[in-house]
Amino acid sequence: MNDVLLFFLQYREAIFIIILSLFLGIEVISHVPSVLHTPLMSGANAIHGVVIIGAIIVMGHAQDVLSMILGFLAVILGTLNVVGGFVVTDRMLEMFRKKKSKN
Amino acid sequence: METINLLIQYTPEISILEMSYILASVLFIVGLKRLSHPDTARNGNLWAAAGMGLAILFTILFHKKDEESIGNIPWIIGALAIGTAVGWVAARKVKMTAMPQMVSIFNGMGGACAALISLMEFPKLQESLAVSGASSMLHGETLAILFGLTIGGVSFAGSMIAFGKLDEKIGDIKASWIRYLNLFFLLMLVVLVVIIMFKHPVGGDNILIYLLTLLALVYGVSFVMPIGGADMPVVISLLNSFTGIAAACGGFLYNNQAMLTGGILVGSSGTLLTILMCKAMNRSLLNVIIGAFGGDASANAEAGDKTVKEITLSDAAVLLSYSQKVLIVPGYGLAVAQAQHLCHELDVLLTSKGVEVKYGIHPVAGRMPGHMNVLLAEADVPYEKLLEMEEANNEMQNTDVVIVIGANDVVNPAAEDDASSPIYGMPVIKAWEAKNVIVMKRSMAKGYAAIENKLFYHPKNNMLFGDAKSTLQKLVAEIKNL
Repeated sequence: MNDVLLFFLQYREAIFIIILSLFLGIEVISHVPSVLHTPLMSGANAIHGVVIIGAIIVMGHAQDVLSMILGFLAVILGTLNVVGGFVVTDRMLEMFRKKKSKN
Repeated sequence: METINLLIQYTPEISILEMSYILASVLFIVGLKRLSHPDTARNGNLWAAAGMGLAILFTILFHKKDEESIGNIPWIIGALAIGTAVGWVAARKVKMTAMPQMVSIFNGMGGACAALISLMEFPKLQESLAVSGASSMLHGETLAILFGLTIGGVSFAGSMIAFGKLDEKIGDIKASWIRYLNLFFLLMLVVLVVIIMFKHPVGGDNILIYLLTLLALVYGVSFVMPIGGADMPVVISLLNSFTGIAAACGGFLYNNQAMLTGGILVGSSGTLLTILMCKAMNRSLLNVIIGAFGGDASANAEAGDKTVKEITLSDAAVLLSYSQKVLIVPGYGLAVAQAQHLCHELDVLLTSKGVEVKYGIHPVAGRMPGHMNVLLAEADVPYEKLLEMEEANNEMQNTDVVIVIGANDVVNPAAEDDASSPIYGMPVIKAWEAKNVIVMKRSMAKGYAAIENKLFYHPKNNMLFGDAKSTLQKLVAEIKNL
């Protein structure tokens, strides 16, 4: 029991952020029309590419060759997620806008 | 009383870095908000991208761990450059119709990235726990690492399978035993995590962590394998929220606010989005995952001896050419056959003959919301011609011919009048209310929902069998020859 309480106190800020973000994420997109489901999914996909920051941190403190290689790979993968994600989303939304202007 | 060291050493750099993370989080939130409105969506995407750029740049410049700045910067920049070049080109080059596959791949990359980070951080944590004399791995950071590894691994493997299915490289396996196998894998994953949590930090054989990685990958494959190809968009959306959670685990590990907010935001909004997608199909998420869309025995038997009317190409050509109003109802089959350009050609040809051609778009036609809109936009079909389901239904009684191309469940009358049908209650396009119906279909096979479609046996209906692309080709040629 004490461990749980200690855990809570130790990570209280993170827990706070997690819980508030949970509600925020639901609230923010709750009124999305169905035509936007796919672009929104794609946009959210790009946002979780924020994991690249972790990859940069790992890579930035890598000492031996193995961690260098893995870190290098991780940064590439993360960048693919971020850049690919945002560009694909932009392309999808381009379509929507083109149609709008013809209206 | 234990004292917990929560103080961080103040330096201007750290303060600036934390501020940049707050700004990035705000940009993510505003970006997501704007992404969910049609007018601001494109702009919202850019906001989120700006937030990401900011967070990356400031991390490289100002991040410090144990007073040590980020090193290996040339390598980091090199990796960023490679990733950017490949990602940019891939995203630009991909065909509009292959977008969901692309999203799936990029999602998998994020998952793999999260898993790699965990794999690399685990030995370091083990070491530091051993030094501090801890008696077990029971620690918040261990939990974050193991969760990040497991969820990231599942997301990576699952996304690759989803990609393969959407690209039609991998078929469906519909065997009920996979369900039990999946439960077993899931249980094994939990057990492994618990074992690692309670093991002693010293005695550094890392075999367990590699076993966990392997198991996560296997589970990712077997999780997606039995789910039907047409349901992949829902699965991708679900895996997308998984990767969000994996990213948040990284944020927890590094006490990094940008990763934490970004990851959790995607995790929660992604889950909601997944549920919304399922709702648009009038199904539950569980139903999609288990894939228990079994055909109703009574409905099947009842339809057994009814007759199906076929129409010849020339008859269809005449019928269409002398109509006043034609409504095209596209579905997944149109996307699979890549027949959107031919569809547009038919539309132009008929319009030149004075026929009013419109498209009736069911919100989940193609099982990816907006799929048909994107597909038809690619073929330059003007936006005004696309009617939403309700508009289409309102005009149905004045419509002479409805052409159903590769759609099935979204025009099934059973959704309205057969309470025993699995799709009962789903709003559908009421094609049968029009004066004539032509259904283009490869065979009498059932749609994804695996239920009989009474529309095919309807007296107004005429079947035009064949692949959507070749049938449309022949039909267009036939109309030209009239």
